[in-house]
Amino acid sequence: MMALVRAENITKIYGAVTARSKEDVTSGAVATRALNAVSFEIEPSSFVSFVGPSGSGKTTLLNLIGCLDKPTEGKLEVAGVDVLHLSMRQSASFRGNNLGFIFQDFNLIPVLTVHENVEYPLLMVQNVPGGQRRERIFAMLEAVGMVDQKDKYPDQLSGGQKQRVAIARALVANPKLVLADEPTANLDHKTAFLVLSFMKKLRDELETTFIFSTHDQKIVGEAEIIYSLEDGELTGKQVKAGKENA
Amino acid sequence: MLNLFKIAVRNLLRYKRRTLLTASLISLGVVFVLLFVSVTGSFKSMMIGQMTDSMLGHLQVHRKGYLAAIDNLPLNLNLKTPSYRKLEKILSQRPEVESYSPRIKFGGMFSTFVETTNIRLNGVYPDLELKTVPLLASRVTDGADDGTLNKGEIWVPELMAKSMKLSVGDTVVIVATNQDGSVNGKQFGVSGVLESVTGPGGRDGYIHIEDAMDVLRMSEMEVSEIAIRLKDFGRLHAFTEDLSALLAGERNNQGKPLFEVHNWESLSPFYNIARLIDIMTFFIKLMLIAVVLISIMNVMIMAVYERIREIGTIAAIGTLPGKILSLFVLEGLSLGFLGVVTGNILGYFIIAVLNASKISFNFGRQTGLVLSANIDWMDMLTISVIVILISVVASLQPALKASKMDPINALRHV
Ligand SMILES: Nc1ncnc2c1ncn2[C@@H]1O[C@H](COP(=O)(O)OP(=O)(O)OP(=O)(O)O)[C@@H](O)[C@H]1O
Ligand SMILES: [Mg+2]
Repeated sequence: MMALVRAENITKIYGAVTARSKEDVTSGAVATRALNAVSFEIEPSSFVSFVGPSGSGKTTLLNLIGCLDKPTEGKLEVAGVDVLHLSMRQSASFRGNNLGFIFQDFNLIPVLTVHENVEYPLLMVQNVPGGQRRERIFAMLEAVGMVDQKDKYPDQLSGGQKQRVAIARALVANPKLVLADEPTANLDHKTAFLVLSFMKKLRDELETTFIFSTHDQKIVGEAEIIYSLEDGELTGKQVKAGKENA
Repeated sequence: MLNLFKIAVRNLLRYKRRTLLTASLISLGVVFVLLFVSVTGSFKSMMIGQMTDSMLGHLQVHRKGYLAAIDNLPLNLNLKTPSYRKLEKILSQRPEVESYSPRIKFGGMFSTFVETTNIRLNGVYPDLELKTVPLLASRVTDGADDGTLNKGEIWVPELMAKSMKLSVGDTVVIVATNQDGSVNGKQFGVSGVLESVTGPGGRDGYIHIEDAMDVLRMSEMEVSEIAIRLKDFGRLHAFTEDLSALLAGERNNQGKPLFEVHNWESLSPFYNIARLIDIMTFFIKLMLIAVVLISIMNVMIMAVYERIREIGTIAAIGTLPGKILSLFVLEGLSLGFLGVVTGNILGYFIIAVLNASKISFNFGRQTGLVLSANIDWMDMLTISVIVILISVVASLQPALKASKMDPINALRHV
């Protein structure tokens, strides 16, 4: 089976000295090596977590996989596309068609209702026709248990409810891959587990691949494949029983 | 239903007070410009109407060189009969011409047998003159019997009538020197007192053209000027050019041009006032543009700055830069639109109230002119289109900034 994400020796250096600006930088800016020759492959419909202490490079890595940023060195393929050479516009449309995002701070659009927030990717990014739209929004809202709140605005919801709406928004357009950078960092434990259970349930139903990052050891246990990051290096891979060669 | 426009409007409603303040500023600007444009515009067309319809006519034809010497009313620069006939033939064939009126203008002595003074006179065919300058009839304040000017009658300017204590029915004598230097006099009965109007010729007396020929001992008719009225005043410039071109071909024996054509603009000093009004209108529109540009730009720069994380979010989930751009441009446009619509409605009502309250003003020696401000729909449309265009221009820079934002930096923004 073809890997959904294939990373080969990807390195990310912030403040990297480019050929052109070499002279200017010699004295000043210190370059940070946030990722150092990281390689891994992620199979479709897996439930993967990157863990590591603060500053270990989790966000950096997820940004690279999410086509929001580009590695300084190395090769990166997502859904069979070499994402290194996409333009800004191409990246945007690649993200819109293939990826879903869940953010630590929920990032719902405050002027839109729950229903409209979930509708946003279908309408503004993918141009899905009206009838189909309503069906899919309803199915997603039902999956995360938010149907009865659909006309509320984000500021009328609790954190857990917001993140459930965010999950619905990330999945409504049927992405191949959902990226979640510390999706539970702003939630209490009970809610965090609930949110993760919704993610897992949707993975089971839709066979979407989930990659999330966390520094919370208890949450990590929910993942099926766990990569450990330390100082920008991949230091371990743990596969939960029954998932190997699944 | 969810679309860009709806999101833009909701975003505007997010800070209701700010939106309201900015929209009212734009509305106020629109109201002010509308008021200024319609009041000055109406004033202008009223004054032009007064001038052209009570004395000048829309345009005039003279013998070449006459206008430069008009202060002396030079009889030797009159159009001779053949020239006049030629001109008459041309004018009667032009469909644009409503009517024309030949005038003999001359200066003379005016005596009441008690007092004597100087007077400037127009000899006219009363029916042609009244067709060409229809408001002349309304200037006859102290009129006699039928309101026309029969042979042997004179319409005396108001100021002269007052100072010489003349009234309708009195007898006066006009004495004038003709081109050859011979002096002649004739008695007239006063049949009307003429209200003065501002501008050249606004204080002239009127007699019948045949009386004028009599006094000046003309054997054949000579004409000082021909006043022309058009069916459509809007075609004035085109017609002036046409006629000038047509008459330029008419030469005298020495091959010099015979005629000169002038429209009211070169005949009346009010034209400069009209021009000044146009220039002021232009600057006031410019001010409106500045107000709209600065206020909308200010709001949109703020809006983009406040929403950096939101912009990062929608960019991350795949909204194309063009859509983000349209979102913010639409927001600025909606703000401008709100201002324009309320401004137009408000302006319309204020002008209606202004008209209903019948404010009057004086101009020169004319008193009690009632101000009637007409809203020109074309003006309203132009102003609205300008404001909306400027709203778009003003939001373009902030919107471009939003659309080019790097999603990672935007999402990290605190
Ligand atoms: N935009 C940036 N410019 C410069 N250095 C950066 C930038 N973003 C991250 N870094 C550096 O890269 C390293 C990895 O950062 P990253 O945000 O990926 O860590 P993280 O694992 O997500 O940490 P946390 O758990 O605190 O979110 C850190 O040393 C950080 O200081
Ligand atoms: Mg992080």
